[in-house]
Amino acid sequence: MSDAPDLVIDVRGLNKSFGALHAVKDFGIQVARGRICGFLGPNGAGKTTTLRMLCGLLTPDSGEGSVLGFDVMKQAREIKQRVGYMTQKFSLYEDLTIEQNLTFAARVHDLDRRKERVQAALERLGLVERRAQLAGNLSGGWKQRLALAVATLHEPDLLLLDEPTAGVDPEARRTFWDEIHAMSAEGMTVLVSTHYMDEAERCHEIAYIVGGRTLARGTADEVVDASGLITFHAEGPGADRLAAELRTKPGVEMAAPFGTVLHVSGRDRTALEAAIAPYRKPPLEWEETRPTLEDVFIQLIHDLEAEKRRAA
Amino acid sequence: MISLSRTWAVMAKEFIQLTRDRLTYAMILLLPIVQLLLFGYAINDDPRSLPTAVLVQDNGAFSRSILTALDNSGYFEITLQARSQAELDRALARGEVQFAVMIPADFTNRVVRGDRAQILVEADASDPSATSGAVAAIASLPQQALVRELTGPLANRAPGTQPFEVVVQRRYNPEAITAYNIVPGLLGVILSMTLVMMTSLGMARERERGTMESLLATPVRPLEVMVGKLTPYVLVGLTQATVILVMARLLFHVPMSGGWIALGLGLMLFIIGSLALGFLISTVARTQLQAMQMSFFYMLPSILLSGFMFPFRGMPEWAQIIGTAIPVTHFLRVVRGSLLKGVGIENAGPSLFALALFVLVVGTLAMLRYRTTLD
Ligand SMILES: Nc1ncnc2c1ncn2[C@@H]1O[C@H](COP(=O)(O)OP(=O)(O)O)[C@@H](O)[C@H]1O
Ligand SMILES: [Mg+2]
Repeated sequence: MSDAPDLVIDVRGLNKSFGALHAVKDFGIQVARGRICGFLGPNGAGKTTTLRMLCGLLTPDSGEGSVLGFDVMKQAREIKQRVGYMTQKFSLYEDLTIEQNLTFAARVHDLDRRKERVQAALERLGLVERRAQLAGNLSGGWKQRLALAVATLHEPDLLLLDEPTAGVDPEARRTFWDEIHAMSAEGMTVLVSTHYMDEAERCHEIAYIVGGRTLARGTADEVVDASGLITFHAEGPGADRLAAELRTKPGVEMAAPFGTVLHVSGRDRTALEAAIAPYRKPPLEWEETRPTLEDVFIQLIHDLEAEKRRAA
Repeated sequence: MISLSRTWAVMAKEFIQLTRDRLTYAMILLLPIVQLLLFGYAINDDPRSLPTAVLVQDNGAFSRSILTALDNSGYFEITLQARSQAELDRALARGEVQFAVMIPADFTNRVVRGDRAQILVEADASDPSATSGAVAAIASLPQQALVRELTGPLANRAPGTQPFEVVVQRRYNPEAITAYNIVPGLLGVILSMTLVMMTSLGMARERERGTMESLLATPVRPLEVMVGKLTPYVLVGLTQATVILVMARLLFHVPMSGGWIALGLGLMLFIIGSLALGFLISTVARTQLQAMQMSFFYMLPSILLSGFMFPFRGMPEWAQIIGTAIPVTHFLRVVRGSLLKGVGIENAGPSLFALALFVLVVGTLAMLRYRTTLD
C-alpha cells in the first residue's frame, strides 16, 4: 500500500449481522506493524466477530480495507496464510497428542523443516517430555500455551488472540504477556481481546467495543484524556456504601465501589464537587485522581444507556 | 494449488482420530458380522411383470400362442425380441432381463407330430425370490397355452400327454439359495451404513468440538479436507468388504465365479461414492445428531428400494426410479453379477458407469457446499 506502508491492519466500515442482530457496526481500525492492540468490551460486544472478520473466518457484510496488504473482503485465503489465530474456546484436537497437534499445524501451513520447528516449539513450551500426552489432558494454562505455540508455529505477521488468558492464573498470565511482548518486539503485530484491565494497560493501544460499536480508541492515556472525566476517590469506613446515594446527585455521572474505595466521577467539575461536598469530611479521606480505564469504560456504558433511553 | 502436505496433514490427523476411537472398531468389524448372521434367512415376495427376452426361431401358430400365454400369466413382460442366441444370453448376463425364453425352429412341427416338442426357459435365479413365482407359472404353460388349438385340429392326440415340454434352467444360482442373494446384498448395505454414517459425522463433529474454527483459520482447501478426511475410510471399507466376502464364502458357501475386475472397480467406486455422500451430508448437517438422521434417511431407501430387500423388478415403477438413483442398487448388480454370474467388465459397464456418475455428482456437490468461512 502506498499511503501507509506500515499499517498491518487498515479497515473501515466493517459490518456484520447475524439475522436481525447487528453484531458489528462500522468497525474501523488502523494498526501499525509490531503494535499490540487490545479489544475490550463486555460479553457479546462483538470482539470475537471482529477478530474473525480480520482473519478471513467471516466475510463482512460491508466494509473495505486491507489486512497485511490483502483485501479484507476478497482475499481471505491469502490472509489466512499469514495470520495466526488463537480461538476463544480451545480448538485444538483433544484426541491428538501435543506433538501431533503441532505437526498438524506445520503440515497444514506447508512449512519446511517440520521436525525441527516442532521440536523447537516443544522446547520453548517446556513440553518435550510430555510430547506424547493428549492435548485434551492438559490443564487450562498449558492448553493456552500450546494453542499459542500452534498459532505462531508458522511465524505469522499478524497474531489474533481471542481472550487468551481467560481463566488462567496470574502467574501464567504474566508469562503469557511477556511472550507476547517478545514477539511484538520482533515485529509481529498482535490483536488481543481481553476482560482484564491490567492487560489493557499492557497494550500499546486499545479499542473499547460495546454492542458492536467502537466507543473509544487510542492509547490508554488517550482514551482517559478523551473521556474528559474527573474522578475522586473516597476512602474510610463506609465509603463503599455511599455509591447508591451519591449516584442520584446531579453532577455525579458514576459512583462505583472498588473494594473499600469509592470512585466518583463526572465531567462537570463544579457540579461534581458540589455533589460530594456534604461528604467531604472525616472519617472519609477524599482525593482527586486520574480516572482509570475502568472508570472510563463504566462511564461510556452509562452514556450509551442514557442515549438509548433518550431514543426510546 | 492442491498441496500434498496439507492433504496429508488432514489425512494423518483423521487416521489417528479414527484409530483412537474404540467404537470405530466395533462398527467396522462387529456390524458386518452381526448383520450377516441376522440376515441369513429368506425374504420372499411374488413379483410380476418380470422383464423377459424371447428368441423365436419358429414362426408357426403355436409360438404366438405361447408368447400370448406368457404375457397373460402376468409374470412375464416381453421386453426384448432377441435375434440370436448370443443376444439372448447377453441380455440375461447383464441383468437386463430376468428370463430368456427360446422357442426352437421346429417347435410347431414337433407339437403336431407329437415328437417331444420343447421350449427352453433360462431364469436368472441369482435373486431366487424374484423368480420362484414365475418359474411355477411356466410349469403350467403346456396345459394352458395350446388349449384352443388342441381342441381343434389336434384333438385326436392322446389325452393326458403334454403337447410340449418346458425345460427350465436356473442360471447363476440353480438351487435358489437365498443366502447367495442376501449376502452380496449385505455387502452393499453394510458398507453404505458404516461409510456414510462415519463420514457424515466428520464436519459436524469438528463443528461441535470447536475444532472447525481452527481448521478453517488455516489455508487448507476444500478438496484437501475432503480427500484427507475420506482416504482413511477407504481402508475401512476395504477391510469390511474383505470380512464380509470371507464370511460369505466360509459360512454360506457363496459362489465366487470370477468377475474380480468388475467387483474391484465397483467396490472402489461404491466406497468412494458412499464417502462422498457422507461428506456432503456433513457439510449440510449442523450437528452430529442431524448428520445421523440424514444418514438414516438415506439408508432406508438403500435397504428397501435397491433390490436388497425386495426384488428390484417386482417394485412399482416409482420405486424403481428412486432405486435407480441409489448407488447401492448399482453396486448390488455388480456384486451379484460378478460373484454369481462371473460377468466381466463389459457387462457390468452400465452399473459401473452409474456408480462413477454418482461419485462425480455427489463429490462436486460436496465441494460446492463446503464453506471455508464460518458464515
Ligand atoms: N454465528 C453466530 N450466529 C448468530 N449470532 C452470533 C454468531 N456469532 C456471534 N453472534 C452474536 O453476535 C454478538 C457478538 O458476539 P461476539 O462477537 O462473540 O461477542 P464477544 O466476543 O465480544 O463476546 C453476540 O450477541 C452473539 O450472540
Ligand atoms: Mg468472544
